[in-house]
Amino acid sequence: MTDQILDVAGLSVDYVLSNGAVRAVDDVSFTLDHGEFLGIVGESGCGKSTLLFAIAQLLATPAQITTGSVLFQGTNLVGLTDKQLSAVRWKDMSVVMQSAMNALNPVKSIGAQFKDALAAHGKPARREIAARSAEVMRMVGIDPVHLNSYPHQLSGGMRQRSMIAMAMLFTPDLIIMDEPTSALDVVAQRALMVQIKELQRELGFAVIFVTHDMSLVSHFSDRLMVMYAGQIDEFGSTRTVFDSPRHPYTKGLLEAFPSIRGPKTSLRGIPGNPPDLASPPPGCRFNPRCPHVVDQCLEHEPGLYQLNQTLVRCLRVADGSLSQ
Amino acid sequence: MRYVLRRLGFFILTLWAALTLNFLLPRLMPGNPATAMVAKFHGELSPGEMHSLEILFGLNTHQNIAQQYVSYLHQLLTGNLGISLSEYPQPVSSVIGSAIWWTLGLVGVTTVLAFILGTGIGIVSAWRRGSRLDSVVPPVFVVTSALPYFLVGIVMLLVFGITLKWFPTEDAYYVKTDTPGFNATFIQDVVNHAFLPALSLLITLIGTWILTMRNTMITTLAEDYVRMARAKGLPGWRIMFDYAARNAILPNLTGFAMSLGFVVSGAILIEDVFNYPGVGFMLLQAVYSEDYPLMQGLFLLITVAVLVAILVADVLTALLDPRTRESR
Amino acid sequence: MTATVLAPAPARLPAGHAFARVVRAVRSNRKATAGTVLLVIFILIALFPGVIAHDSPSLDNYKPQLGFSGTHLLGTNSFGQDLWAQVIFGTRSMLEIAFIVGLATTGIAVLVGVAAAYLGGVWDGSLSVLTDVLLVIPLFPLLIIIAGYAHGDTTWVLILSITATSWSYTARQLRSQALTLRNRDFLEAARVRGERKLYVIVVEIIPTMTSLIVASFLTNALYAILFSSSLQFIGLGNPSTVSWGTTLYWAQSEAALQNGMPWWALAPGLCIALLGTAFALLNYAFDEIGNPALRPVRKQRPARKAGQSND
Repeated sequence: MTDQILDVAGLSVDYVLSNGAVRAVDDVSFTLDHGEFLGIVGESGCGKSTLLFAIAQLLATPAQITTGSVLFQGTNLVGLTDKQLSAVRWKDMSVVMQSAMNALNPVKSIGAQFKDALAAHGKPARREIAARSAEVMRMVGIDPVHLNSYPHQLSGGMRQRSMIAMAMLFTPDLIIMDEPTSALDVVAQRALMVQIKELQRELGFAVIFVTHDMSLVSHFSDRLMVMYAGQIDEFGSTRTVFDSPRHPYTKGLLEAFPSIRGPKTSLRGIPGNPPDLASPPPGCRFNPRCPHVVDQCLEHEPGLYQLNQTLVRCLRVADGSLSQ
Repeated sequence: MRYVLRRLGFFILTLWAALTLNFLLPRLMPGNPATAMVAKFHGELSPGEMHSLEILFGLNTHQNIAQQYVSYLHQLLTGNLGISLSEYPQPVSSVIGSAIWWTLGLVGVTTVLAFILGTGIGIVSAWRRGSRLDSVVPPVFVVTSALPYFLVGIVMLLVFGITLKWFPTEDAYYVKTDTPGFNATFIQDVVNHAFLPALSLLITLIGTWILTMRNTMITTLAEDYVRMARAKGLPGWRIMFDYAARNAILPNLTGFAMSLGFVVSGAILIEDVFNYPGVGFMLLQAVYSEDYPLMQGLFLLITVAVLVAILVADVLTALLDPRTRESR
Repeated sequence: MTATVLAPAPARLPAGHAFARVVRAVRSNRKATAGTVLLVIFILIALFPGVIAHDSPSLDNYKPQLGFSGTHLLGTNSFGQDLWAQVIFGTRSMLEIAFIVGLATTGIAVLVGVAAAYLGGVWDGSLSVLTDVLLVIPLFPLLIIIAGYAHGDTTWVLILSITATSWSYTARQLRSQALTLRNRDFLEAARVRGERKLYVIVVEIIPTMTSLIVASFLTNALYAILFSSSLQFIGLGNPSTVSWGTTLYWAQSEAALQNGMPWWALAPGLCIALLGTAFALLNYAFDEIGNPALRPVRKQRPARKAGQSND
């Protein structure tokens, strides 16, 4: 009996433009179990948000899923129409977006937006709608009176939390979150993360959490996926990836974040910029910025190699020439 | 409500500006044109009527400009628009009164129709991006929105009025044979006569509104909250109306009201082509016969009407957009 | 009113590079190509009317009310003038008005819009109020009264009055864009260098707004065409000039449609429509070039609904 709820296999997403296609997500595969917390980390433009939307079937032209499958609870979501998807949407899988100010309809009250979601799946009575809406608001620590407020009347933190409340209306099996804390200050960020984790423990839903802040998510995730230029560069349990990163990019990311409690080390950024996906560098996409680059890195594109329980996309790690 | 008060203030300011413009224009023209007009009608006016003309146009007065201005405003605000010279001795206000209903009917109905149809088509066209409907809509309406209003009127007149003889080609009703009243023949007659002018006006107006609505809608559809609505599994029509259209329409409301200036231009030209006895037609006749008091009166009327419409649109925006209700 | 959605200002390019981009953009966008071709045709006609039409438009000793023929491509009007000559020679007047008014109006709009945005404070307040008031007062009736008062109607009265009144719409757009630019880094750099305000406005801000300024010119030219021809049509232009609008006026007053000379009215009318369409197409294409979200979506199977996920 499988505990698996999500099986993404070979997913690729292209942006189809008038002068050709740009591959934003390249051959991503992973599985997710019930109640698991997966963190996806990477720089801006690495494709992590595109990946999320691809999984949730929310891509908009010119983005297209070109290959791969997304098996959610056994059904392949790729290729289904909106109508077919609506059976699954929100009831089993919901979404939390980055900026609640942009993700909430500015002309409808919070309560009305909750009601929309509830009424789209079954015909609940008015009392049921009111009761459930109030319940989820309380779960995130907001007084249900704010159901009558408009998005612009709430503070940033409250807005974000009401989005999370909305995502839990049907207690779905999977909640996909796209940088939900990025618009908040550091203190609110952590408070929100703690709350999400608590809710997760209570209600048992799985989470895919996308962010650029690796240290933030590493406290809460079970597994960590590092993305670069549309590809998975490192993927394994959070403890392993965070404590003993193997890929030069992951190491670079970690060295860029200061540790509050650890010893003082000099911060090092990663020089250079992410590649232009319309014409990526030959061989390994990270080679222009990699401190350990050798000739073969420019000639061969690395695949994902398994090292113990972690997947790493690096030729030198694979052949052992790059030690810890 | 601060928003509404601000708009009300703007309304009053613009009204004042229009009145002042009206006051200054004849006085700024080289050789006050009103002098010639008065010379023409000199013998026929009573002293009282002469006086009101002097106040309107600043002739023969011993008052300085500031005093003239005050008497001018006073006279206008008491509703005295002067005496029409071409329809002497009727006062301007009653001359206008006879034409107003025709224009209101023609322009009012057509504008509302154009708005409803225009926004509707614009919304659906944006929703079905890339479909056959959408590939036809922009080019067709880019062309129609650039057409001069009178051209559409002329073509309509030529094809349906003169060549095919399906509709009458001038006036609001058969002046010689009909008696106005609420009888079936008269009403049918009015509709018959109004059809071509209304259609011409509709065709010219609708293009811009379709295009503006479509463009705003396309931008709105790219917003996160529309994507979120999809994520929630909401039915398509609800997303289109409740999430997209409701937001897309807001910036356009005031724009629609502002475009009333163009509706008015169109109405004037169409009335000219079809000899439709509305306010626009009357304005032109007034210009030809140099009936300056009537010209002024009509200009003020048209301006006030447009300003009121804009104010109404502002109030509507306040009602529909909860963000404007916050005091800022 | 042309549908314009403000797009963020593009990065500045050196002049030569920018021109090449414009040319490429025009060639790739169907509407831009169509508009440009139309415009060029009209410009050529205006420059060399004698090549295309053999008669002088004022020559009036032909037999009136003739139909189409080899000698008279569009027939003659009730005065015995050749209609083809009327239309061809009238092109120059219309184009002159379109360009002069278009440029002058855009000039005023740039001045007012950018000054208001950049100078801010009291200047912005008063200029904005002036712009908004003028925006809201119905222009066509105003133009009618001005033309009505100013007797000795010459085309210059037309040009001046239209220019003086119709700059407000584009001024507002330009101000909006200038406002978004105000706090950008390259302006801060200029300020820190100690450049005078005028310098910053002319040398730094305006070149960045080139695409919107060009779009404004196209809008203003279009309105110049529509307003001027409408005014001439109702008889408020100079009836003795040869221009499409005045030709229409004469057609109307001689009841051309009713008297079997429909082309007297249709020919100039169509020319106005075509020239207007040229400007409108160029303007619309500019919108699309500047704001990629508006570009035509490639047709995909099956018919797309907005934002629907793809296969």
